[in-house]
Formats: sequence, C-alpha cells, structure tokens
Amino acid sequence: MSVLETSAGLALADPSAVRAIEATGTSALAWLLIALPLLGAGLLLVGGRATDKFGPLLATLLSWGSFVVGALVVLQLAGLGAEERSLSVPLWDWVTTGNLSVHAGLLIDPLSMAFVLLITFVGSLIHVYSLGYMQHDPDKRRFFAYLNLFVAAMLILVLADSYLLLFVGWEGVGLASYLLIGFWNHNPAYASAANKAFVVNRIGDFALIIAMAYMLYTYGALDYATVHGEAGSAATTTLTVIGLLLLLGACGKSAQFPLQSWLGDAMAGPTPVSALIHAATMVTAGVYLVARSQAIYDLTPDARLAVAIVGAITLLYGAIVGCAKDDIKKALAASTMSQIGYMMLAVGLGPIGYIYAIFHLITHGFFKAGMFLGAGSVMHAMNDRVDMRRFGALGREIKTTWITFGAGWLAIIGFPFTAGWFSKDHIIESAFSAPGWQGWVFGLVALLGAGITAFYMSRLFFMTFHGKARWEDDAAPHESPLTMTVPMMVLAVGSLVLGAVLYPTGVLTGWLEPVFGHGEAHESLIPLIGIQVSVFVLMALGVALAWLRYGRDEVPVVAPVGSFATRAARQDLFQDEFNETFLRRPGAGLVAGLEVADNDVIDGGMVGGTSRGLAGVANVVRQAQNGFVRSYALTMLAGIVAILGAVWVIQ
Amino acid sequence: MSDMPWLSIMLAVPALGALALVLMPRGFARAREFALGVSLLTFVLALFAGLEFIVGNSKMQLVEEYSWIPQFGVSFALGVDGIALSMIMLSVILVPICLVAAWDDVPADGSRRLQGYVAWILLLEAMMIGVFAATDVFLFYIFFEAMLVPVYFLIGQYGGPDRARAATKFLLYSLLGGLIMLVAVIGLYTVGPGGSDGFLLANLTGLEIGGLTEKLLFLGFFIAFAIKAPMFPVHTWLPHAATEARPATAVLLVGVLDKVGTFGMLRFCLQMFPEASRWATPVVIVLAVTSVIYGALLAIAQKDMMRLIAFTSISHFGFIVLGIFAMTTVSQTGSTLYMVNHGFTTAALFLIAGMLVARRGSRTIADYGGWQRVTPLIAGTLLIAGLSGLSLPGLNAFVSEFLVIVGTFQRYPAAAVLGATGVILAALYILLWYQKIATGPRPEDVASTTRDMTVREKFVVAPLIAAFLVLGFYPKPVIDLLEPAVTTTLQHVGVTDPAPTVTAEGSEG
Amino acid sequence: MSLSVYIYLATILFTIGALVVLLRRNTIIVFMGVELMLNACNLALITFSRMHGNLDGQVYTLFVMVVAAAEVVVGLAIIMSIYRARRSASVDDANLLKL
Repeated sequence: MSVLETSAGLALADPSAVRAIEATGTSALAWLLIALPLLGAGLLLVGGRATDKFGPLLATLLSWGSFVVGALVVLQLAGLGAEERSLSVPLWDWVTTGNLSVHAGLLIDPLSMAFVLLITFVGSLIHVYSLGYMQHDPDKRRFFAYLNLFVAAMLILVLADSYLLLFVGWEGVGLASYLLIGFWNHNPAYASAANKAFVVNRIGDFALIIAMAYMLYTYGALDYATVHGEAGSAATTTLTVIGLLLLLGACGKSAQFPLQSWLGDAMAGPTPVSALIHAATMVTAGVYLVARSQAIYDLTPDARLAVAIVGAITLLYGAIVGCAKDDIKKALAASTMSQIGYMMLAVGLGPIGYIYAIFHLITHGFFKAGMFLGAGSVMHAMNDRVDMRRFGALGREIKTTWITFGAGWLAIIGFPFTAGWFSKDHIIESAFSAPGWQGWVFGLVALLGAGITAFYMSRLFFMTFHGKARWEDDAAPHESPLTMTVPMMVLAVGSLVLGAVLYPTGVLTGWLEPVFGHGEAHESLIPLIGIQVSVFVLMALGVALAWLRYGRDEVPVVAPVGSFATRAARQDLFQDEFNETFLRRPGAGLVAGLEVADNDVIDGGMVGGTSRGLAGVANVVRQAQNGFVRSYALTMLAGIVAILGAVWVIQ
Repeated sequence: MSDMPWLSIMLAVPALGALALVLMPRGFARAREFALGVSLLTFVLALFAGLEFIVGNSKMQLVEEYSWIPQFGVSFALGVDGIALSMIMLSVILVPICLVAAWDDVPADGSRRLQGYVAWILLLEAMMIGVFAATDVFLFYIFFEAMLVPVYFLIGQYGGPDRARAATKFLLYSLLGGLIMLVAVIGLYTVGPGGSDGFLLANLTGLEIGGLTEKLLFLGFFIAFAIKAPMFPVHTWLPHAATEARPATAVLLVGVLDKVGTFGMLRFCLQMFPEASRWATPVVIVLAVTSVIYGALLAIAQKDMMRLIAFTSISHFGFIVLGIFAMTTVSQTGSTLYMVNHGFTTAALFLIAGMLVARRGSRTIADYGGWQRVTPLIAGTLLIAGLSGLSLPGLNAFVSEFLVIVGTFQRYPAAAVLGATGVILAALYILLWYQKIATGPRPEDVASTTRDMTVREKFVVAPLIAAFLVLGFYPKPVIDLLEPAVTTTLQHVGVTDPAPTVTAEGSEG
Repeated sequence: MSLSVYIYLATILFTIGALVVLLRRNTIIVFMGVELMLNACNLALITFSRMHGNLDGQVYTLFVMVVAAAEVVVGLAIIMSIYRARRSASVDDANLLKL
C-alpha cells in the first residue's frame, strides 16, 4: 500500500480519503459482506427449481450473515483511533493497461460502514418481510435471488475504493432494480416501467462514464485515493465539469430533477422492493456519490451550488406531486423523491450539511422503509389495491400496521423528538446558514417543503387509516402474518428512537467526523429557535389542514376533476408528457426515418444504384451476343482488320 | 521451446478434417461427431500452442517460414502476436460451440448435405486460423479471399429463403474490397525491398513510404477492412447475410470473420502506413462514431431479431474502430479486448435467438411475447447475453467498452462523448427487444409441449456465459496478452500516450 | 509473269471466301467459304515460300491441309447433327449460343 501512503502526502483537500491502511483482522474478511449475498443469488439462479424449497430462507440467512459481518467490522473499526478508521481491503488486479490501473479493492471507512449497516439491516428485515409477502408467489425463489443480488451490488457500490468499481455496483443495483420492477412483467405496463427505470438510469450512467474518462484524463487514475488526494491540483473548470457530470449520474440513480421520471413508475415492483430499493437504499446512492466525492465538490462551489439547486427543486417537486397522488405507493414514491431532495440539498451545502445528509439518509431509510412495508401490509389486507380513495378507517381493522405506519408518519413529518425531527430540522437549519441569497432561498424552500410534507403525508395517513370506510365490496381487511409485522415493528421503533440514540449522544457525529471533518456553521440567518418554531408551526398547519380535508370530511371515491394545479400534480407536473413530446417521439421518428434511409438511400440508393447501373450496362452490352454466327464472324473480321491497320500505321 | 510447427498443424487439422468428411461415403452417419472431434482437437492444439507463447514478449512468436513462390516473393510464413493469438483462440473456442449449436440445423437424411455443412465449417475454421496467423501479406490476402468460399456456400446452400441474394451480396461486397486490396498488396510489393521474400510483413513494416503513394496504399487496405468490419456506410451486406445465414454461420461470420477487418486495420493499416494512418484519423474517427450511433439507432428500429443483432454488431464495431484510431494504449487495448468480447457476446445473442426461432419458426420480434413464461431458461440466458451486449459492468463487454471510451477521451473528448451515447442507445435496443420477446402474458398459441433449453443447448450457452463472467471480472490475462502487441503497434505509428494533465507523481507506480 | 499475281489471286479468293461466310446462310455454303479462305492462305504461303526461297511456307501448307481435312470431318458432323435437330441448314437458325 505504498501507493496510498505516497499520495497521502499530497493530500490537500480531504484528509480522510487517502489515509487508508491495509485491513487486518475481521475487516480483512470484509469481502464476505458482498460474497455472501452474491453466493445466494448465484445458488438460487443456477440451482433452479431444486432450490425452490429452501432458497428463500437461505437468501434471508445469507443477508443476515452479511449484516453480522458488517457489525463485526464496525466493532473493530470503532476500536481504532478516529484517524485510523480508514481501512482498505485489496482484492485483485482488475484492469491494468497503459496509464489506467484499477485494482479491485474495498474501502472500509465510517461512511461506507454506515451504509453497510443500513443496507444489510434494512435489507435483511425486508428479506424477512418478503418471506410473508411473497409466500404464494410461484416465482418466490427468483425474487429472493434478485433481492440478494441487489444487496450484493449495493454493497459493492458503497464499499468500492475506486469510481470504476463503484460503477459496477452502480449498474448492478440498476440491474437488480430493473429485474425487480419487472418482476411481474406479465403485465406489459410493469415491463415498460422496468425498461424506463433502466434507460433513464443509463443517462446518468453515461454521465458517470464521461466523468470517469475526464478523471482519467486529468489525474491518470480512478481510485478515490489518487483522485481525491490530488483533486486540488486540477483547474477549477475541470473540477466543475467533473462535479456536474457526477451530479447528473447521481440524479439518475436518486430520481432527482431532471431524471426523476422513472421512480413513480418503478412502484410497479412488489412492495418490499419499493421499500428496499426505491426508498431506503438504492435511490440514496446519488447522495452517497456526492458525499464520497466531497474532495471534488469542496473545490468547486459552482458544481456544489448545482447540487443544492437540484436538491431544492426536487424537494418541492416531490412534495407537490405527493399532494395529488391517490395511489398509496406513488404518493410514497413522490415523498421519497422529496426527502432525497432534502439530502441532496444538504450535501450541496458543503461541510455543514454532509453529516446531516447522511443522518437523514439513515433515518429516512428506517421510516420510509417502514411506511412502504406498512403500505404493503395495507395492500395485503385490501386484495392488492392501492387506491387510497377506496381505503379509509383501516386503523381499527389492522392495528399493528396502523401503529407502525403511524410511527413512520410522525418521523417523516418531523414530529419533535422522532428520528425525522432530528435529521430534517438540522438540514433546514443548515440551509438557512448558507451564505448570501442561498441561505434565504434554500432555507425557505426547505421550510416550505417541511410544511407540504406534513400535509401530504397526513393526507395519506388519514385517507388510509381514518375517516369513513370506502372499501369495495369484496374487501375483508385482515392483519398480516408475523413475518411481515415484526420487521414493521422493528423499523417503527427505529423511526421513533433512532434520532435520539444517534444524535444527542454524539455517536453519529463522532463516527462520521473523520470522513467529513468538522463543518463550521456560518451564522444562521434566523435564530435557531425561530427556525424550530416555524418548522413546528408549519407542520402543525399541514397536519391540521389534512385532517380537516381528509380525516373529518368525506373523501369522494372518485377523484374530483380538481383545479389545473391538482391535475398537473397528478400527472407528475407533465414530466412524462414532456419526455414523450420532446424526447421519445422525435427519437422514434428519427429511428424510423433512419431505417427507411438505410434501406432506401444506402442499400437501395448508393449500393443498389451502383449495382443497378452495372446491370444496365451489362444489359446493353449483352445485345451484341445475339447468337448469329455471321455477326460474330463479322466482328472477328473487323477486329483483325483493325489490328492489321494499327500495325500498318505504326510501321 | 520445442520446434513444433504449431500453427501449421492447427491449420492442417481442420482442413484435413474437412477433406476427410468430403471423401467419406455418402450419408456418413457420424459426420457431426467427427467434425466436433476435429474442432476439439484443434482447440487442444491451440491450448498447447498458447502454452508455448510467452506473454509479455512483443515479438512475433511460434514463427514458421517456408519459401513458397520465390519468383513472386511469396512465402508461407506464419506467426502470432498477442492480438492474433487471442483471435485464433476465439475462433477455436467458438467453432466447437457452433457445431454443437448447429447439431440439428441440417437433417441427417443420408445425402451429402450434412457432411457438406460441417465440412464447410471446418474449412472455414482452417481459413480463420490462417488469416490471423499469416505474416506474409500475400498469404494473408489469399486466406482473406479464400475465406469467402466456405461462407458463401454456408449461406447460399444452407441459409434462409432469401439466401441466394444474401450470399451474392456478401460475396460481391467482399470481393470488391478484396480486389481493391489486391491492387494495394501488389503496389506495396513494388515499393518494398522485393526479392524472394518481399511479401513478408517484417520486410514491409517501417518502410516510410510517405506521400501520395502511402495514402493510396492505406486507402486500398482500409476500404477492404472497412467493408469487412463493416463500417458505415458499407455495412449493408451484414444485416442481410446475418439474417439469411444459420445462427451458427452468423456467429462465425460476425463474431470472428468480421474481426479480420479490425485486425487488419491494426496490423496492416497502422503498422505499415503510420503516416497515412495519422492523416486519415479524423475521417475514420467520424465514421466510427457514426457507426456507433447509426448502428444503435437502426437496431432500435428492427423488426427482425437477427437483423437487430447484426446492427448491434455494427455499433460495436464502431467502438472497436474508434478505439483503434484513437491510438492510445488504453483505447487500443480496449479495442482488441472488445474484439474478443464481442465474439462471445454476439455468439450468445445469435445462438440463443436461434433457439427461439427454432421453437417459434419466426424471426419477427412481434411474433413473440411472454416467452419468459414458455421457456424461462432461454429467456433468462437471452437477457444475460443482452446485458453483455449493453455492456453491463461485471460482464465481459463492459471492460472493453469502458477502456475504449476513456482511452479515446484522452485524445478526442468529443468523439468519446458522442460514442458514449451508444451506451444509452444500447440499453434501448436490448431492453425493448427483450421486453417484446419475453415479457407479457403467456402466449395462447404456443404449444404447451414447447421445450425449454435442452441439454445440448445448455452445453452451447454455459461456456459462453462462463466467458462473460471471467472476462468481466478478471480480464487481466487477456489484457496482458494483448497489451505488448498494442504497444508495438503504437510504436510503429509513432504516437505516445498523452500524460494526465495533473502529473500524478508516485501514484500507481 | 511476276509471282505477285499469285498473291493477288490468293487475296481475291480469300475475299470471296470471307464474303461467302458473312453473307450466305446455308451452313454448307458457309463451310465452303471457310475452305476457300484456307486454300487462299495455302496459295499465299506457297507463293511466299517460293519468293523467299525457303521451305517453311510449304511445310505450313501441309499442316494446314491436314488440319483442314480434320476440320472438314468434324465440321460436317456438326452440320449433320444441327440439321437433324433443327431440320434446317441455316446458320441463323442455330442462334442459341447467347446470353
């Protein structure tokens, strides 16, 4: 590891990213984290029907195994001094040619391990939940194989020690997401949703590939140690371009504006998938990428500002769309977008925001996953229906679900002392302390977002669990089995207490500080207490409004036409119409036109023209071959005379 | 080091095997088994030859040289560098796989048809080994042209309904390129040192011809290789030929034979005409990027799945040519690795699509739908092959495509960015295709007796998928094999890699 | 009498023969035209032999006579079979040898 030590000497911006020493002890076995679920995926896919019986259980066990390894590694890491908590696990020499040299290896540091714990813990809980949720699905084995594949890919993503290996996990989770969204692809709409997710993600991936090309061009390397260590020696323009490209990549994966359109459709997947992939883990990969690349963003205020702006736009976008959706999963998806917008905004604020972004990411992983599982439980109770206008008054019928969902609801609206309150309030406070106009804009957006969040999440909660029953005739709500409710309970507890456990005790700050350094907060524009009070007031207003409209009043079974704003929000603010008009249709026209052109112009015109021309000439010339011996004789004679004449002339 | 003439033996074994098959009595029942045995023997021989090869040595190895037609300066000279050896390995691996895949293509009806079919495949194998191993320009030309004969008959006699036209189109295109190249070959001899071994590659590299002559000679070779490769705008023979050919023939045609084009660009255009190559680079880069995007867009439009695969190949060949002419170590290593990877990917795509066609009896994509529920294994492996085609990280094609893009970026950022849009388009053409084939409700009109993948077909697919994974996660052995040859090529051209703009001292030592 | 007269005679005979071949349709007549041209050549060869005082021309003539005899045999046989097949001795009726 002399490589890393040498470059550590050059470290300018980021002290942590470069000081990795080779792991020993438990950490050296960190590859097991990835290997276990990968093994599960491989066994279940290759083993085929033979593994139908024990496959799902095996996959769940392997996922828990991965969690245990992760916990052991964290224990070892915690035992080290704060400055030494960055270990590397070299694996193998992957691609080495010319000036490109990438060794596959893992980077174990507080940031990656925080993700590992979140992924393996929530992931394993959702494995357990799926045992119940997918019990009667004939393709259960395949589902668990994909889940394991996802966990493995996500762990590759967060544990990678180079952008290239990160990219493997990055596309790997994209693949798992594609497979799982399209899991019930006998429904053509679901298959289209899967395709949409993959293709939109590919646009982000394209940006990421170019970003890597630019890094290689600039630094001659792709590993974090070199790139981050020498980030400062490149021109600011270069850094800004790389930063923007990385941001576009992050937008694809995290469903941020302008690449947000796929997440709503992705709800076609089974609900545990929505909980794990499209709420708790995969969609936060963009936040991880930006946080991981902090050494670059620290040096380029422009790109960082872009991150914050994207976060702010998506935050509002998701919140507005969330207000109008009647599909419980789509409403949750919009809320996910909005919450990730908060995280993006936080990482865009720089050192003051990183820790809160990761904090919110973790708490969000708990409460949103919990609510998605709750939604799954509701669907389970209501014959897989998702229209909230046909729910209502379910709180009495499925009490466990009601209570656990309620915990998540309190957390997301930021009810004081729940997990969400700790993490979101800090983001809002950080936003207000951004310099100049940014502080006002981002702060107010974040504040407004909190109010809207309270409104639409309460709307969702009241429409589903309170008010009058608007069930369809065949509905017979019943509580889900224990395999499903226990994970919900665990996550509900997390939603309530995780914040109090992690933040006031200083656990999280202490853990992440070696990575992010200590961000000195600017003077906030408004006193802290003022912010906290206004957040609470807005939240209370949102909840009250929602109660009046959806708890107390009758909710119509058929959605009213509504104002233009409502209709626009229902249609995701016309994102799909925009894409259809400006991207897909011209694209389809271009493709169809080219197909005609290839047949008619290139094959038919250029090549066909040449061959037709040759055939025409041949047709003329062959007239001379008329079969009459005497005409042949005449030509012979003429030829001889011509030759003799030529000889005569020459002499 | 033994003095076994490995390459000649590898050349002779399939050729003699083909001859033996023709001499066998009519209706020889074990023709397929015999051919498979011969191809496996060739494979084993190639393994032994590979053991003799010293990785990291950039010189030609396993060299053989015999005087053949000294009056014209022609020698029978064979030898391989890393690139040639990897292409030969690709051929000898794919031929047995194709033979197994083509097991039921031609019924054993007691006539000579089956014998002829496998004999042509074996002969083609011999030609492919010859063309990659030849180190005499004239010998290369002979193999280059002779290769057309087996393919012509494989398409023209054993292909689909429009086979005659497809075979003729293929032959005419290739002959046109070949004849232009013949002129250049002869022209090259006249500017070379001449003598009884004047066609030897070693005598013709580093000539420093210069001027118009070099440019014309370059063009003579390049046009032939561009047709072979095939690049936009001389690509139209490929979709037609690949559609009408049997899947196994299409694999050998697209997967191996077309590589002669890009292989030739590396070995002949770049090494013998460095100045002209640099002169032509801008145009070639533009054409390559056009091929990438054009092939991908047309692939999206296709309604016939074999045509679709052919267009994906045109797109991928665009990447290969782009990497070759970007002339950095990274991009060229990527290109040569891509040549190997593309062979496996296309093989899997064609053969698995062929399995579907064999069951449904139609190449039209719209005739399918919901086949994940009819033949889950075939649909699943098709998806894996498709993912390899769209360069999913972890599978083979990703490493090479990535190397091409980042390597090209070091010299031609705009071309790299434009080419990289192929990544997005690839997702479209593969996934839309897969969606139409495999997803949706189970089709009503498919007999419930339709079998999923048979054991024979598993033997076809398994080695290919294994190759995907190995080359995706551990491409190092192949890269180590290829890189010295690439370095030599770049030395001949006289270009050096651009250094990182931030000089990274001490990093990645 | 100068030897050149024989050359003129040979030229005239050759021209007649050529015109017969080009203008007449009956195969037998055409064939006779060919023979006439051959003999005109023979006459010219012998005259040249005499003019130059060596025997090469006469040797050639002997060869031509031998070959002409063989040609007559083959040619007549072909004419016979064409006549049998087509019931006609016209050269223009045997015009299948074309694209």
